[in-house]
Amino acid sequence: MKFINYITKIAGIDIYGLVSLLLFVLFFTVMLVWVLKSNKKKLAEISRIPLEQ
Amino acid sequence: MQTTETFYYDNKIVRAFGIATVVFGIVGMLAGLWAAIQIYYPQISLGLAATTFGRLRPLHTNAIIFAFVGNATFAGVYYSLQRLCKTRMWSDKLSWINFWGWQLIIAAAAITLLAGFTTGKEYAELEWPIDIAIALIWVVFGVNMFGTILVRREKHLYVAIWFYIATFVTVALLHIVNSFEIPVSFMKSYSWYAGVQDALVQWWYGHNAVAFFLTTPVLGLMYYFLPKAANRPVYSYRLSIIHFWALIFIYIWAGPHHLLYTSLPDWAQSLGVVFSVMLIAPSWGGMLNGLFTLRGAWDKVREDPVLKFMVVAITCYGMATFEGPLLSLKSVNAISHFTDWTIAHVHIGGLGWNGFMAFAIMYYLVPKMWGTSLYSTKLANNHFWLGTVGIVIYAIPMYWAGFEQSLMWKSFTPEGQLKYQFIETVNSIMPLYILRSIGGALYLTGALIMVYNLAKTIGKGVFIPEEEAHAAPLLKEESHAREYWHRVIERKPLTMLVLSLIVVAVGGAIEFIPTFLVKSNIPTIASVKPYTPLELQGRDIYVREGCYTCHSQMVRPFRDEVARYGEYSKAGEFVYDHPFQWGSKRTGPDLAREGGKYPDSWHYNHMYDPRSMSPGSIMPQYTWLLDNALDTSSTPGKIRAMQTLGVPYPQGYDQQANKDLMDQAKGIQKKLKADKIETPANAEIIALIAYLQRIGTDIKADTAKNSLTSNP
Repeated sequence: MKFINYITKIAGIDIYGLVSLLLFVLFFTVMLVWVLKSNKKKLAEISRIPLEQ
Repeated sequence: MQTTETFYYDNKIVRAFGIATVVFGIVGMLAGLWAAIQIYYPQISLGLAATTFGRLRPLHTNAIIFAFVGNATFAGVYYSLQRLCKTRMWSDKLSWINFWGWQLIIAAAAITLLAGFTTGKEYAELEWPIDIAIALIWVVFGVNMFGTILVRREKHLYVAIWFYIATFVTVALLHIVNSFEIPVSFMKSYSWYAGVQDALVQWWYGHNAVAFFLTTPVLGLMYYFLPKAANRPVYSYRLSIIHFWALIFIYIWAGPHHLLYTSLPDWAQSLGVVFSVMLIAPSWGGMLNGLFTLRGAWDKVREDPVLKFMVVAITCYGMATFEGPLLSLKSVNAISHFTDWTIAHVHIGGLGWNGFMAFAIMYYLVPKMWGTSLYSTKLANNHFWLGTVGIVIYAIPMYWAGFEQSLMWKSFTPEGQLKYQFIETVNSIMPLYILRSIGGALYLTGALIMVYNLAKTIGKGVFIPEEEAHAAPLLKEESHAREYWHRVIERKPLTMLVLSLIVVAVGGAIEFIPTFLVKSNIPTIASVKPYTPLELQGRDIYVREGCYTCHSQMVRPFRDEVARYGEYSKAGEFVYDHPFQWGSKRTGPDLAREGGKYPDSWHYNHMYDPRSMSPGSIMPQYTWLLDNALDTSSTPGKIRAMQTLGVPYPQGYDQQANKDLMDQAKGIQKKLKADKIETPANAEIIALIAYLQRIGTDIKADTAKNSLTSNP
């Protein structure tokens, strides 16, 4: 039940910073590529959905 | 050729949530106004335990967040989701369970918070049975939402629905992780986490409650209702996609900015700052997307109250999300934290963004659902101006007060002494507190005008409970069975759910894992010992009365704070604090080094009448603590719960704890008697004094030996 001190040391804490940065860059690259490659006409169509009813 | 289907939108559920929004909005604002007046006029608490600031303030925050904004969100989601999916809600039964369940939770919250049942964690004060109810009702909402999405007649998921999905997933995650607690009795529990870890989880939750309860659902509503009201599509749909993913990715990392300069490990603080600064990009992307939607339509803004409210709401969103990253910079935070600047900041968001957005949606929905036009545009305009001026009169004095507090707290005389007593700061900002409550009263008046206006609108229209609509089914009908399967395996919304969950979980995990699992992050201090049974009981009284709403327990490593309060706080001092009580606001002074500062009799008199010990104090009287008998029957259970959580009381200590408790209580009774105060040893005040005299004394015990067994 005790939720403290399971391990006394963590090897290479800097990996956490590195992983954060990598995740961030990857995530945004994929997102931007996806957004820029998506069909403009389709997006315009989707953006009119609220106005249809 | 496709056949068109006829179906009906359920407006009744939207009406129910709408009424709840308005009712609880007024209640929540009244509670806020009442609490605000208590700050400069403590007597208005009526001397009742239930209505003192420490209990009223959690009621105000919970009512505004979960009852007002929560119900407004449900109303907006239930209205827009049906229309965006071109289908009725999946299950009427679940809709109504969602509605009544949520209102019952609100009623239970109001009663228990005023009765003093609280976990002592901001915006998560509700005790464990209510926490479980919240989780269940939230799942009902989620199931109903996903059911609706899966049977939709519109192929694409409009961006508003993405925001709803992310809201559902993340709020569930936040609520569950932050609510891990060990029940001691029916309405009492201890947080599973202690000290630094509890603080990290709490502010990960607190920050993201703002993000995913007050921001993402409301942004979803903006992406639906703004184009509707302006009758034009959103400025850039591409931008809205970027807005969505960037926002939910970045937000989850930023929680530690609430804990700058505290005992939280430095690397976690820095990570929080970096992501907070980045947040400005998606936030402003969203704001600009909203405002640009109105380009070429500003003439409509002049006439339509709905658009007026939305423009100010979106502008306030922009201001608050510019200010947020600013406040997360360490140098700015050193000034703003614990002051009224924070209060100003959250009210730009609360009054401006959330309040005005909710009002706009109400002004839109009521005429639509009653098939009529708004009773009076003029009254709506009056509401708009009262609200806007109210926000300004609320916020500016609070910003001013924040700067004044910080400047006065940090002032030194040329001789190197602190220039001002804490109480001098309190007294000098009193006019600003008065102005603030006037701003709040104006805002509330505006909301009351809205109630009248909406009631009149309802009076002249006829409610449309079932709104007829027509649409072609989503897929070409080939065979019944195949269609069914197609719909079930329609993966997109579920992919969205899984992706959102991964995106938010990753950020949380990277922040948590090192702090939780690495010993060197929480340096242990040999002289820090568990609380005695009496101190533990006293601490629970401290939590019950909501002392943390005005007093922090965190001396930051600044010259002025060390000079004023004593040695700065260390992470290792809080390892037995379930829950942590660092607080977020210093309306009164910090208490982290309160132990031993004054004699027991000072505390006794101070609780009876704070102004007798500290002239000019605005603290409420706590006379009932002198009369109430301490419930010692709970002691063994509390000790056992603490043992379960890893607090090293000896085996079988639960059975002898009450004996130790009485011994210590009699000691305090004796000391009070020496100062001519007669009191029974089992009065609650004795336990509270024991706790107050203990706070922060562990490392004072022997400064020379101050055995820090950790890295510096």
